[in-house]
Amino acid sequence: MDEPGASLPADSSTSGASLTRDDVARLAHLARIDLTDAELDHLAPQLAVILDAVTAVSAVTADDMPVTSHPLPLRNVTRPDVVMPSLAPDEALAGAPATEQQRFSVPRILEEEA
Amino acid sequence: MTDLTHLSAAELDAALSRGEVSSVEVTSAALERIAAVDPAVHAFLHVDAQGACAQAAAADERRAAGESTPLLGVPVAVKDVLTTRGLPTTCGSRILEGWMPPYDATVVARLRAAGMPILGKTNMDEFAMGSSTEHSAYGPTHNPWDLERIPGGSGGGSAAAVAAFEAPLAIGTDTGGSIRQPGAVTGTVGVKPTYGGVSRYGLVALASSLDQAGPVARTVLDAALLHDIIAGHDVRDSTSIDTAWPSMADAARRGSVDGLRIGVVRELTGAGYQPGVQARFEDAVDLLVKAGADIVEVSCPHFDYAFAAYYLILPSEASSNLAKFDAMRYGLRVLPEAVDPTAENVMAATREAGFGDEVKRRIILGTFALSSGYYDAYYGQAQKVRTLICRDFAAAFEQADVLVSPTAPTTAFRIGDKLDDPLAMYLNDVATIPANLAGVPGMSVPSGLADEDGLPTGVQVLAPAMHDDRMYAVAAALESLLLEAAGAPLLDRLPDLQGAR
Amino acid sequence: MTTVTAGTGLPSFDDALEEFDPVLGLEVHVELNTATKMFCGCATVFGRDPNTQTCPVCLGLPGALPVVNARAVESAMRIGLALNCRIAEESRFARKNYFYPDMPKNFQISQYDEPIAVSGFVDVEVEGDTYRIGIERAHMEEDTGKSLHVGGATGRIHGADHSLVDYNRAGIPLVEIVTTPIEGTGRRAPLVARAYVAQLRDLLRELDVSDVRMDQGSLRCDVNVSLRPSPEAAYGTRTETKNVNSFRSIERAVRYEVSRQAAVLRSGDRVVQETRHWHEDTGLTTPGRSKEQAEDYRYFPEPDLVPVAPESAAVDRLRQGLPEPPVVRRQRLQASWDFSDLEMRDVIGAGALRLVADTVAAGATPAAARKWWLSELARRANDAGVPLDELPITASEVAEVQALVGSERINDTLARQVLDGVLAGEGSPAEVVANRGLELVSDEGALSAAVDVAIEANPEVADKVRGGKTAAAGALIGAVMKQMRGQADAAQVRELVLRKLT
Repeated sequence: MDEPGASLPADSSTSGASLTRDDVARLAHLARIDLTDAELDHLAPQLAVILDAVTAVSAVTADDMPVTSHPLPLRNVTRPDVVMPSLAPDEALAGAPATEQQRFSVPRILEEEA
Repeated sequence: MTDLTHLSAAELDAALSRGEVSSVEVTSAALERIAAVDPAVHAFLHVDAQGACAQAAAADERRAAGESTPLLGVPVAVKDVLTTRGLPTTCGSRILEGWMPPYDATVVARLRAAGMPILGKTNMDEFAMGSSTEHSAYGPTHNPWDLERIPGGSGGGSAAAVAAFEAPLAIGTDTGGSIRQPGAVTGTVGVKPTYGGVSRYGLVALASSLDQAGPVARTVLDAALLHDIIAGHDVRDSTSIDTAWPSMADAARRGSVDGLRIGVVRELTGAGYQPGVQARFEDAVDLLVKAGADIVEVSCPHFDYAFAAYYLILPSEASSNLAKFDAMRYGLRVLPEAVDPTAENVMAATREAGFGDEVKRRIILGTFALSSGYYDAYYGQAQKVRTLICRDFAAAFEQADVLVSPTAPTTAFRIGDKLDDPLAMYLNDVATIPANLAGVPGMSVPSGLADEDGLPTGVQVLAPAMHDDRMYAVAAALESLLLEAAGAPLLDRLPDLQGAR
Repeated sequence: MTTVTAGTGLPSFDDALEEFDPVLGLEVHVELNTATKMFCGCATVFGRDPNTQTCPVCLGLPGALPVVNARAVESAMRIGLALNCRIAEESRFARKNYFYPDMPKNFQISQYDEPIAVSGFVDVEVEGDTYRIGIERAHMEEDTGKSLHVGGATGRIHGADHSLVDYNRAGIPLVEIVTTPIEGTGRRAPLVARAYVAQLRDLLRELDVSDVRMDQGSLRCDVNVSLRPSPEAAYGTRTETKNVNSFRSIERAVRYEVSRQAAVLRSGDRVVQETRHWHEDTGLTTPGRSKEQAEDYRYFPEPDLVPVAPESAAVDRLRQGLPEPPVVRRQRLQASWDFSDLEMRDVIGAGALRLVADTVAAGATPAAARKWWLSELARRANDAGVPLDELPITASEVAEVQALVGSERINDTLARQVLDGVLAGEGSPAEVVANRGLELVSDEGALSAAVDVAIEANPEVADKVRGGKTAAAGALIGAVMKQMRGQADAAQVRELVLRKLT
């Protein structure tokens, strides 16, 4: 069960956090990028500088401010439940690195999806 | 005979209507120019000579059959971030090298429907992340004004192609200035329409709530003509505005500032702006006053935080948007050498090999800003600041009909100068970012050359959301005032590129 | 005395409950029966050739954008209303980010802190007691593709060499229904879990929003179980057993997890919060990914979609259009049919409520409708291994068979043959009767002649009857029926026999 709120902390007291080399390694793993040691050495300090700059947002008093996740005030944009043509399977599969039995062939998967 | 490549799109359109030239001739001239100068400029990642000529011939047939719709037969270049059926679409990244989309972006479909031959796909910073086009995996584009300098970014290819007379028109995309800033540093016109004005379907997303495609041109009228073709509601884009838009071309032809209140944004001038950029901006404001505009100074205090909010929102959305590049369904697949080639390891090895530094930086930053424990302080707070920026715009537009500022803080810098200083690179977008956060339209108009380096500068015109026509009217007026003052179009002073490098 | 669960060495379920109080949570994923996917116009037909129902949107191709299916939103709202939920005035889609090859975008468009429906309940009856199951939320999301694991001995994920992905299922609309913690069920925990899902299935079928076929994956259940020392204690650590996809398995999975966790707690260990996999063959669960090392899903509002903000008038219209709630419907039908509690429970247990109701609506008496569905047809469904409602016979056909019996054109024995004929695809009951020549012979002349033949062939029996032993007439009646190949009315034959001999 994914409890809403589980990854949304209630307070914003974490501002001012800094990014260490280990943090960057962990984030890169979460983002599925296999960074080399040399890249970690190179990127981690740059990211720390950038993070420091963007942490400026915490200087704004905006506790009661509504969030804007979108610049447009649009609501209820839907389409009717009407079937449209799909791609032909050969078009769908055309860009695939590997195919087999009209399916996308992917490397071995370690774990069932949770 | 006049060099067809130096005619504006409007002039070409007129010549085509009168039957003085054919689209095949116009398109061939553009392709020849590309062949001659693009080895030095490198505006294009892919040139589709055969396809463009076939489309030109089809356009000529339509003209012959009596059709005379705007820009029918006028060729165009397309930024490589828009999908093109049967033409490679790489987004400037190795991870998409050779990918042939099975569908056209809505913008591309509209260009095809309008009978505009597509010359090819233009270079860009990888996945539109950058302000110099140096982050293209396929090598940088060079500024036609000085080949040692950057053409701006991320849409440096589209801007350089138009500035170098390789194409009369191009399509760009603008997430934080990627149309406008290249426009400023190459002496061309670049327009970011109101968010939702142009369909994003088929625009490979960088940051979905900020991205917007728009025209790149040499004149305001040309941009407006192209705008009219690509804009309008699209049922495939849920964020597309369902409304009837007025003609931008009509607004550009009307071109007036008399009696308009023009706001100068205090936070977007002065400190941090190169003196020559600032001087050309002030000249432009003086011209507007002489033409009958009322100048008011407006303050948008939260613009000072726009940069920080933008560099949290953009990487957050990008980290999610770019997750799909995983070696499973299309694009590059790299098998890791040291570890077991499981799906997870292949994804990580492919993303390591297929993405450049700037993409990695932003994905990691975005992953952080959305992650458990940091969301509220970073992404959440940035969204609140975004609300304040929207309110600043609303307040400013109560005092002024349009806002103006320099488009970019500096002229084109030298290739390589800022590559190792990402933060300095990001600051190129400081004046253009607020418009993306609030969704309002903005455009850059060439304002002359900076005294200290002789390089182009731009003035940005911002209008309230949905009032793109007002922006075009002001920009067209400013363009003609500047032309009158200078005596000739800025691009007439472009150095000769034939035989360069 | 300590009893153990056979073959596992774990304490028995009953034994476990001596010491612990179970708390359940159920998450049910319902695949909606819309014609198209959640965010694109691809068809959703089950069992089509791989990757024939895909497009740039559901393949997650660069540049493609989602657009919400209006009917899916309507179905989700109807589900929410039927579960007594509040429909959110403004609801939003969010991205759930994690990498997995069958998920084309490597994020799932779902809903997070602003779901379409919240705070509802359903009442479930188990052994005469009613349990109110709280519904925390019902939210919309999209399904993933399907992987075929190749190269391993068993076709399972472990040991496979590579996998083949079909994205036909990717993007099919799902509604996930999440309960609040279910407490106070004690020994009935497995039954309550089962009854809840069964009731949910009936309700969803009644709403006509899903095929609710557990065997085809259109109804999928995740079972959360935790134990605590007493009903007053705080919740224990829970496990989530994924994809428990039959009613019987739900019951078994709850029983097994209760026993397993009891053994863990008794030995002084702590239960690990984790995802577990259910094994239908062994009746066991095994650990999957530990939740403590789980992905950080980095939910954020889906920027490619705008909020869903249903107007209250539209919500009211949907509410008014809802079918009668199952509990109310059952009570009403039981009263009108005059069934005992036991009879009603049998009907419900056989999954025949709607069939009986439809048969009654088509003109049969309630008793007759119950008789045909629960005896003859239930046996045939069982023999064929299909659910009762998937037999190739309609309620109106069953009513027609009963009408033929009522008008004495056939009797019960012949009626069974008529049912066989209909099930074999030989046409309507009337056509089967005509084609198979099953109609009762009512021509007195023919019957009389047959009776004469029987009397002649059985003189001793005839004498007994003449002597007043009318009970002996049965043998003569039997002989006549045999001669008539069953196509005679036994009462009429009896009357004729007695008239001739007495």
